[in-house]
Amino acid sequence: MTGLVTTFGSGAMTNSIDDIADDANAYFIIGSNTTENHPVIGMRLRQAVKQRGAKLIVADPRRIPITDYAVLHLRHRPGTDIALLNGLMNELIEQDLYDKTFVAERTEGFEALKAKVAEYPLTRVEEITGVPAAKIKEAAQILGTTHPGALIYAMGITQHTTGHQNVIDCANLQMLLGNMGVAGGGVNPLRGQNNVQGACDMGCLVNFYPGYQKVMDEAARAKFEKAWGKTADLKPGLTVVELLHAAGRGEVKGLFVLGENPAMTDPDQNHARHCLEETEFLVVQEIFPSETTQYAAVVLPSSSFAEKEGTFTNTERRVQRVRKAFNSPGQARVDWWILAELGKRIQQRLGMAPDAAPYASFDYQKPEQIFDELAVLTPLYGGMSYERLEGNGLQWPCPTADHPGTRFLHKGKFSRGLGALTPVDWLPPAEVPDAEYPLLFTTGRVLYHFHGGTMSRRSPGLDEIVPEALVEINPVDARALHIEDGQLVKVTSRRGTVTAKAEVVDRPDIGVIFMTFHFHEAAANLLTNAALDPVAKIPEFKACAVKVEPA
Amino acid sequence: MADVHITIDGQSLTVPSNYTVLQAAESAGINVPTLCAHPSLKPIGACRICLVEIEKQRVLQPCCTFPVSEGMVVRTNTPKVREARRFVLDLLLSDHPLDCMTCQKAGDCTLQDLAYEYGIKESTFAGLQHDWPLQDANPFITRDYNKCILCRRCVRACEEINGVAAIGPLNRGFDTKIGTAYDGELQDSPCEFCGMCIALCPTGALQPKASIGKGRAWETHKVTTICPYCGVGCTLDLNVKDNRVVQVTSNWEGPSNHGWTCVKGRFGWDYIENEERLTTPLIRKDGELVPATWDEALDLVADKFAGYAKEFGPNALGFLSSAKCSNEENYLVQKLGRGVIGTNNIDHCARL
Ligand code: SF4
Ligand code: SF4
Ligand code: SF4
Ligand code: FES
Repeated sequence: MTGLVTTFGSGAMTNSIDDIADDANAYFIIGSNTTENHPVIGMRLRQAVKQRGAKLIVADPRRIPITDYAVLHLRHRPGTDIALLNGLMNELIEQDLYDKTFVAERTEGFEALKAKVAEYPLTRVEEITGVPAAKIKEAAQILGTTHPGALIYAMGITQHTTGHQNVIDCANLQMLLGNMGVAGGGVNPLRGQNNVQGACDMGCLVNFYPGYQKVMDEAARAKFEKAWGKTADLKPGLTVVELLHAAGRGEVKGLFVLGENPAMTDPDQNHARHCLEETEFLVVQEIFPSETTQYAAVVLPSSSFAEKEGTFTNTERRVQRVRKAFNSPGQARVDWWILAELGKRIQQRLGMAPDAAPYASFDYQKPEQIFDELAVLTPLYGGMSYERLEGNGLQWPCPTADHPGTRFLHKGKFSRGLGALTPVDWLPPAEVPDAEYPLLFTTGRVLYHFHGGTMSRRSPGLDEIVPEALVEINPVDARALHIEDGQLVKVTSRRGTVTAKAEVVDRPDIGVIFMTFHFHEAAANLLTNAALDPVAKIPEFKACAVKVEPA
Repeated sequence: MADVHITIDGQSLTVPSNYTVLQAAESAGINVPTLCAHPSLKPIGACRICLVEIEKQRVLQPCCTFPVSEGMVVRTNTPKVREARRFVLDLLLSDHPLDCMTCQKAGDCTLQDLAYEYGIKESTFAGLQHDWPLQDANPFITRDYNKCILCRRCVRACEEINGVAAIGPLNRGFDTKIGTAYDGELQDSPCEFCGMCIALCPTGALQPKASIGKGRAWETHKVTTICPYCGVGCTLDLNVKDNRVVQVTSNWEGPSNHGWTCVKGRFGWDYIENEERLTTPLIRKDGELVPATWDEALDLVADKFAGYAKEFGPNALGFLSSAKCSNEENYLVQKLGRGVIGTNNIDHCARL
């Protein structure tokens, strides 16, 4: 979310599901396989197109299902988003289709942006992206004349070495179109897992305390030191991939992993597993044995969503109550209890007094007490309580007890004041196809599974419908490589090999191989590249180079 | 929207002029039976159970499609109305198996409720009964069209909510039946198993396969919660009996999804009762993970973590939190990392 913080001063979906679905007249979806990854939003968009005639433009290297409803599918090569977006903006400016009033009143930096995008004339953009110039022209025409328009993106934009810049460029486009601060507009990252937004909001990030209060800010540090009696220094910590590598090198001795499966979901799996194996003391809190628990020194059995009270924050910043249906099986315990017990026991061993500061204690009877504490320390959640969350929940920011919550952000003014139009340049992916690895490899999900598959693959029905990973390959490439539909193939990158069945289909473009990452039998992340975006530290899952051969 | 004044069952109401008579009645808390109408779908006036008397109209009118107009006077519960509804029900039940004793839908079935209300034990019409084969060659949905009343809510759900239009009416006249193209299996159609057709079926024709035999409406209670899968955050109702989920039903009040779900939210919950669930703390001894007590496990972690912090400093520890855990839990992880250990080595896997 660092890109949105740069441009607007805060990072989250700017608008709400309802206003996007009901009020937008145009949609620009880039890097989001919406109907498969956020299905209910995908359904709403299909209906907006079918029932209201909203105009949908999809930019995606694959012919994903939602393209069936699009007036225009811009099939750009993986890793060329910025070239495409800059080309679009250049066209909007040249054809005088941008919102001059908005640009003048609400933004700064227009001249620099204009100069930068002028380096992306249609011919060059066509060359880089593979999208015909006429289609880019048409897209600019539609977006420039249909308001309000919502831009929607997901992991397809962020999982690149240039992810941070990709996001900034999405924001540039929406400001240029005057689509900010209105119902039915906005820059809308769809969050993958159900509480990603909440995990970020709560400060499970190396550089932020809860509520995006900066670790590097002395005042924020002082605030939390006062609240807890102790806190970390001003230096951001190590991000997930860096942390794994540091643990693998023995620099980090103890690693605590809560409800995740990095051995499966991290890029360059062979290396990730090697790191976990080398980790001196790995603690995993989980509901199932996983590829990661294999390496653990201690496994703490925890609870599913149906077994606990608490709150989740969804992609539209809505904090909602999660309610307990029954107890966890056997001796499995709720996660907050386990964490609180650890808090108490470690404090004791470090000689810390639980009453040393107002919020130093881990002595909680129920999750509501934790929520009340975090609301005090997190201004975005400041006005929330379990009582107020009954019913519809509340969308942050909700700073005070009488604040109704916020449907869409940046109305009238951006969090940082003026919106910063920020020129960015296209750079090729960290790894590009060459003679040895001639094909571009990219990953994603299918409707019936989820992430590393820890949950969905243990749902017999879901696993019956889609039981195995398929390697999608364009018929043209298949013919050249003598590969038939259904045949076993070997996909090899510089980091590893996986074997799976080929699906010969016109979904990926020529030269592009696609695979899902839910299946441990053929784990796509054995192939992907751990190269990181230098700012957002998100690995480049969406593009690397491979070769494919019959197995 | 301009308002109009109408009278329903003697109550004077002021309602928006684009309302139907049904919407007007419901806004005043007047209950009119419906089968084919549902607030999430466009009305089609197919079943005629919602007939009402409207002054200046020669015949009874279905109130789910009839628009309000200024000065309209409506009666929803006259003997004539009740007689007409009785007739509609009688006809519907003439081609409906009366096996409510074993039907999964019993207790949550609009048709059963209406038969009870109108005191219809069996149909007075002796007629042909269908004998359609059960269609359930898929993991999620059982279709028994002998129980179908052709209200087309499922068809409209698939078209107006999901959007894929996998099912529609087949054949004509008495043999009309709902199905996929060529009456095949859902699995071979564009169906995405969102389950919205089940959510809207007012009879036992469509059932969640995994729920059959596990418990019926009066045995379960609903726990309203949030889907564990994606960031849309759909509100779901877990229907719970004896500490087990029987099925997931739509919660039409859900602020982000308004009752809509996808296959994962509706059918993907069963992983929670998978037998591989971890049920005891484990500690590695001689290379093997072996069961331990909570005190042993927690004390070991506390000893190690406190020891590393003292010996190598706070940054010798790292915490990876979870985008599947709650806000409270995520808050505690970073409070543990920063407030107890003193490190900013705190991240979650959502960068991934
Ligand atoms: S499950 Fe969903 S997609 Fe399938 S037939 Fe029912 S409504 Fe249509
Ligand atoms: S299957 Fe159910 S919803 Fe569909 S037409 Fe028959 S009764 Fe109505
Ligand atoms: S029901 Fe589907 S769309 Fe809704 S939150 Fe769950 S996975 Fe996402
Ligand atoms: S509910 Fe009105 S006709 Fe069916």
